[in-house]
Amino acid sequence: MASSNSIVPDAELLFEGPEWDFDKIRRVNDAIEEIAFKELGLDVYPNQIEVITSEQMLDAYASIGLPLMYRHWSFGKRFAREETLYRRGLQGLAYEIVINSSPCISYIMEENSMAMQTLVIAHAAYGHNHFFKNNYLFRQWTDATGILDYLAFARDYVTHTEEQVGVEAVERVLDAAHALMSHGVHRYARRPKLNLEEERQREEDRRRFFEENYDDIWRTALLPGRNVPVTVEEQEKERADMRRKLGLPEENLLYFLEKQAPRLKPWQRELLRIARHISQYFYPQKQTKLMNEGCATFVHYTIVHRLHEKGLISDGALLEIMHSHTSVIFQPEFDDPRYNGINPYALGFAMMRDIKRICTEPEPEDREWFPEIAGNGDPYGTLRHAWANYRDESFVLQYLSPRLMREFRLFKVFDDAEADAMVVDAIHDERGYREIRRALARHYDLARHEPDIQIRDVDLAGDRCLVLSHAVHNGVELDDTSARAVLEHLSTLWSYGIRLEERDAATDKVRKTHETAAKRT
Amino acid sequence: MNIIDRRPNPKGKSLTNRQRFIDRARGEVREALSDALKRRKLGEGVSGEKVSIPTHGITEPVFRSASRGGQRDYVVSGNKKFVVGDRIERPQGGGGSGRGNASPDDGDQQDAFEFVLSKEEFLDLFFEDLELPDLIKTRLRESEATQLTRAGFSIQGTPANLNLVRTMRNSLARRISLHRPRPEELEAIERQVQTALDADDAESAAQGKLDLEAAQRRTRRVAYIDPVDVRYNRYERVPKPNTQAVMFCLMDVSGSMTEAMKDLAKRFFLLLHVFLERRYKQVNVVFIRHTSNAQEVDEDTFFHSRETGGTIVSTALEEMLRVVRERYSPDNWNIYAAQASDGDNYTEDSDRCSQLLGHEILPITQYFAYIEVGAEATLRHGFPSPATDLWRTYAQVAEQSVNFAMRRVADPTQIFPVFHELFAKHSAEG
Repeated sequence: MASSNSIVPDAELLFEGPEWDFDKIRRVNDAIEEIAFKELGLDVYPNQIEVITSEQMLDAYASIGLPLMYRHWSFGKRFAREETLYRRGLQGLAYEIVINSSPCISYIMEENSMAMQTLVIAHAAYGHNHFFKNNYLFRQWTDATGILDYLAFARDYVTHTEEQVGVEAVERVLDAAHALMSHGVHRYARRPKLNLEEERQREEDRRRFFEENYDDIWRTALLPGRNVPVTVEEQEKERADMRRKLGLPEENLLYFLEKQAPRLKPWQRELLRIARHISQYFYPQKQTKLMNEGCATFVHYTIVHRLHEKGLISDGALLEIMHSHTSVIFQPEFDDPRYNGINPYALGFAMMRDIKRICTEPEPEDREWFPEIAGNGDPYGTLRHAWANYRDESFVLQYLSPRLMREFRLFKVFDDAEADAMVVDAIHDERGYREIRRALARHYDLARHEPDIQIRDVDLAGDRCLVLSHAVHNGVELDDTSARAVLEHLSTLWSYGIRLEERDAATDKVRKTHETAAKRT
Repeated sequence: MNIIDRRPNPKGKSLTNRQRFIDRARGEVREALSDALKRRKLGEGVSGEKVSIPTHGITEPVFRSASRGGQRDYVVSGNKKFVVGDRIERPQGGGGSGRGNASPDDGDQQDAFEFVLSKEEFLDLFFEDLELPDLIKTRLRESEATQLTRAGFSIQGTPANLNLVRTMRNSLARRISLHRPRPEELEAIERQVQTALDADDAESAAQGKLDLEAAQRRTRRVAYIDPVDVRYNRYERVPKPNTQAVMFCLMDVSGSMTEAMKDLAKRFFLLLHVFLERRYKQVNVVFIRHTSNAQEVDEDTFFHSRETGGTIVSTALEEMLRVVRERYSPDNWNIYAAQASDGDNYTEDSDRCSQLLGHEILPITQYFAYIEVGAEATLRHGFPSPATDLWRTYAQVAEQSVNFAMRRVADPTQIFPVFHELFAKHSAEG
């Protein structure tokens, strides 16, 4: 560590030795906060640090990192797996879990040494926290102040419903909702903020409305002014009308089912809504994994070095922190058995550092590629701007530099199932930079790797068959087994037949269909 | 910033979910468990059990892209020698090397889901398999050994058992109540006498001397420690249940015992072992197999190797007595025995068996259970088959002893009812 030269001689260490206590944590937090605010210019939600045991960490894992969650067997399954892996020593536990809420809750484990607690606080309570508060996706899609209340509402609602209709019935709906969860987000419309009182009220209203307005006669009556369509055009027109009324095509499957599924009971709709909200809450996280981790890793790296330079932590503590830092950002190469895709911590951190380098010590190449930021002398401002206004896809597309591509020795492989081998079609050279950058950015585009599935049509006047379509890009179809299983779940919600057509995105030709028959209940 | 210590919060937030998961996978778990049980060793005791269950029924499917077909591209790190246009063989058995960040939950792709059942979960499922009645209520007579236990204080005893604190407390109380002068008081009076003498105050000095004498007299009369003060620790011999038990598994391994019969026997042994483990800190297991002669063997040999030869049951009983004499004195050990056999015995041997059992073994054992296995025999032609030699012999013994029980078992579902019956009956009598 070259920086050890600049140790301020009379600064007092914040802590010595591995043991932590609440007082030390408070002191470290204050020191970190000073650097975070004054030097990095971070802007965070109020912090709440909660100390938990490893057992509680396993619990938190199992409920997808949320502090409150309704009960469901799948969380038990996750718990059983994590516990087994952990007990057999196959997998360590995360050092922290941080929750996008206000106040921002960071869980730290009691087993961590004080040096690790320092790392974790800098990483989670300042790095992630800043990202949650400032990134546009989180600002637009999630409501940090309301999430804990909403989760409490969801948990209580599920428990209450279980008492009324039985665990099994609730489980059936939740199973189905979970299967469709990744197709339960609004990608484009801005969703209104959650308000707990309104949620409860809305639920109540729905029930009352249903009770008050139920009148069987109207359902089947042929009202005056309602013509029976005769000609083919008229029928076609009516169907188009119906589609428009139903808001089709619709890609938010859970939303459509909640609003339109003909045979769901009010509580079933409410459960779908809960699953949908939770899915929506996680949607930004899925799109910003690289940036979020890159941001947090960069922040902890910068802060602990500054702490060390100011003489606030010892050489030993810094080395301990760097040891786990380097194992987190380790990027195995493709022919390494440990290779499992590009490590978001590694690439994210490398890109953040690279941006800092471009701002402060640009090379001619950087000036050519990044004229607007090269040498601007404001690395932290530039980074804050990037953290606030990009998601993984656009971030890679904008900021991945040729130098980094060389460092990672990135190359692109094209795989056509028809051909007998894969072909390298771009490497880290002058001709390949842009192609690699474009391709890598596409990998981070959720819309690309989650199948694009929409509700296309539903024949409400006829057999009520629901028609879904999957847009097949580049000939990549759905996995048969899982698609069939999801359709089974879908049909418990829809209660009538379902047809899923795989249509080629370019030609709109149907390549394949999956069908389930109506469920008799 | 807030720091909150959540460690004291209730643990096991996931327990309900875990229970629900196990309920959901109950069928698979039980199947996996019965497989695991066959591999399980008796001596291992009951800890958790690792089970691996097929994933169907507990999958959480989502729409996902097929891992093959179509055109894809991957961006991969660590290029060493590739240039544009190079051709690479497809990696075997994977969806391509670049799928890392798009791959769904790995757990769903495995064919088997592996996890560890806790001891309670294991016992629940295990007893459920055998249609569990309330096991805890069944009672066993326990062997009574005695142990010295502190039991208050006594006024007699050996010096080694002197209770200093009690003795001194009594002494202090007595000294205070009888106004025994303290050393400081004596000194004070002495000083007064001295000052009086120094001041030539004869009257005060004389008075002081009288006081001093009175005090000294009192000191002599009221002893510092009087025999009435002395207290000793008192010990009593208290009967105490033994905390160690040994379980003898006796089995006929002659050719007539089929694998199915051995499996039945094993289940019974296992059940008894689990049951004993709930009661005793330490349970040893001794395996004795016999044909026409008997020997002590390890568990593997016991269950898996096969011998040929006639059947002389008394050899096993003798072997058991030998082991008891050598290693398990009835004074220190609770002895349980379970014998499994198909009922064949060399006819001349029956008397010897009932002799050994009735006069030597039963008096030293807590409980002796005999199960006769064999489905075919018991239900031949739909009628109970005639009793076997051994059964007839043992039936006579059973009439005279309370700690001997015998049952027939034909298939696994009967094991638990039989087991329960054995112990429930005992509780009614004892």
